[in-house]
Amino acid sequence: MAKVFIFPATSLILSDMVERWGHEALGAATGIRERIQTASLDSPPLQMTPEDPKKGLKYAAVEVPCGVRGRMALYGPLIEEADAAIIINDADLSFGCMGCARTNELVMFMIRQRKGLPVLDIKYPETDDEGFAFVSQIKEFLAGLGGESDD
Amino acid sequence: MTDQPVRIAQLSCGPEHSGVQKEIYDAAAAVNAEMFFPDVTLTDIRRSYDAFGLEARSGDLKLAIGRAMALVEGKVEADAVFIATCFRCAEAAIVRNELRHYIHEHSDLPVVSYSFTERTTSGTLLTRMEALTTIARRRALLAREEQKGTTMGVDSGSATTKAVIMRDNEIIGTGWLPTTEVLNSANGAIEAALKEAGLEMADIEAFGTTGYGRYLVGEKLGADLIQEELTVNSKGAVYLADRQHGEATVIDIGGMDNKAISVQDGIPGTFTMGGICAGASGRFLEMTAKRIGVDITELGPIAMKGISKTVPMNSYCIVFGTQSLVNALAEGSSREDVAAAACRSVAEQVFEQQLQEVDIKEPVIMVGGTSLIEGLVHEMGDLLQTEILVPHHSQYIGAVGSALLASGFIEEK
Repeated sequence: MAKVFIFPATSLILSDMVERWGHEALGAATGIRERIQTASLDSPPLQMTPEDPKKGLKYAAVEVPCGVRGRMALYGPLIEEADAAIIINDADLSFGCMGCARTNELVMFMIRQRKGLPVLDIKYPETDDEGFAFVSQIKEFLAGLGGESDD
Repeated sequence: MTDQPVRIAQLSCGPEHSGVQKEIYDAAAAVNAEMFFPDVTLTDIRRSYDAFGLEARSGDLKLAIGRAMALVEGKVEADAVFIATCFRCAEAAIVRNELRHYIHEHSDLPVVSYSFTERTTSGTLLTRMEALTTIARRRALLAREEQKGTTMGVDSGSATTKAVIMRDNEIIGTGWLPTTEVLNSANGAIEAALKEAGLEMADIEAFGTTGYGRYLVGEKLGADLIQEELTVNSKGAVYLADRQHGEATVIDIGGMDNKAISVQDGIPGTFTMGGICAGASGRFLEMTAKRIGVDITELGPIAMKGISKTVPMNSYCIVFGTQSLVNALAEGSSREDVAAAACRSVAEQVFEQQLQEVDIKEPVIMVGGTSLIEGLVHEMGDLLQTEILVPHHSQYIGAVGSALLASGFIEEK
């Protein structure tokens, strides 16, 4: 079983696919799950404090907007922990979306900087045919990482 | 407070991840307001994003655009709008500016925008939230154009405390003191104003307070109205300048912070309040006056005799500004040129940092103590390419606005 960082990190579909094929998805939900400070498990996400952007200084300098640093405090450690990553470019809003384009640039850069990290970097499908190919590519990539599929 | 909470729509990018969402909630709660996020669907976001035409790449900024359009189109109801994005984000600054402009142009919702860091606290946001709620909650009060009866206004500012007594639409007494111990300064200013008016406290039918010490003074002395200075100064400015109808821009360069307010019929539409650095405040001009050995009241006339561009000065920070000032004097620059350069520097900082965040509509009215420094008014007019109005009694603007608005409480008694 590999730990696979997913982008968009909020994508439940992608998260589900990774887990169906026997791996652990590292995304927004992962970070949030470890930080529950709300009344319910499904309360709105991210109970962050002003300390988080300071933790994000490990990944981005102080002149970088605080929102980027706060997000990096969440995603930076996940990228460091990942055994692999899947990046879906130009994903539709309904597939999962990230709030900050500047954070996205930094996340992509960090993933590319991790030498030897297996990365599937593909475009979001626009047609049915592209959709089938999209799922196949993800399945093939995940199978190549080992682990057990539940289908 | 027994009023219904004012509903403030939040359009933002980054406050949760910056850890400041709680500060926004706290500031709103302190003035009996509640923040909410206009409910939009993904389809609304896609449609609005195309219709608005600004190609933001960040998802949260697209969402903010969708929410702004929902507000303007009346799909979502709100009393006011708060736009907040991360400080130092260029993309967000463009969207923030365009959304503020769009909402201001297409609705009568009061808007305030703010760029935050992780160090932003609810205290920093409080005056802005208070102004937003006042505009939403007290439109009837703010519509007052004439002072009636005998009322008093007290402006407990960071540098000076002012008091004004008004009777039947005329100023009949004024008093001011440097702010030291807040209550003592207020009592001293009130005493002077009452003496000039030939009245006693018992003759005052209603009174209001504004400025940093407004709560302390207002609660101790039993004021009828305790109101932040953004709305009070706007009202006072258009009243004294006799521009109560139509558009206007009010600039108040204060001792501790500066305000730029875009006004429509005497009611603030968009406004900024900073907060930049002491180098862009009245404090720097006080220091300049001291350094060249003149009283602050003489600085303006001296500056008018100088040529600002002959002395390089950038007083973003008061320490570096003073350094430039000392260097210029050491190199033989005249005190007239140095005084002019100091005025130019303050005007430039306010222009670059704050006036970009409001829509400048003529007439531009300068108020507050610094509006009496004619060199500063001249430099600001030069930068804005307009003749600036400085109404009589402009240094008492907050006190006059308070006295004017307080007369609305006589009828209630």
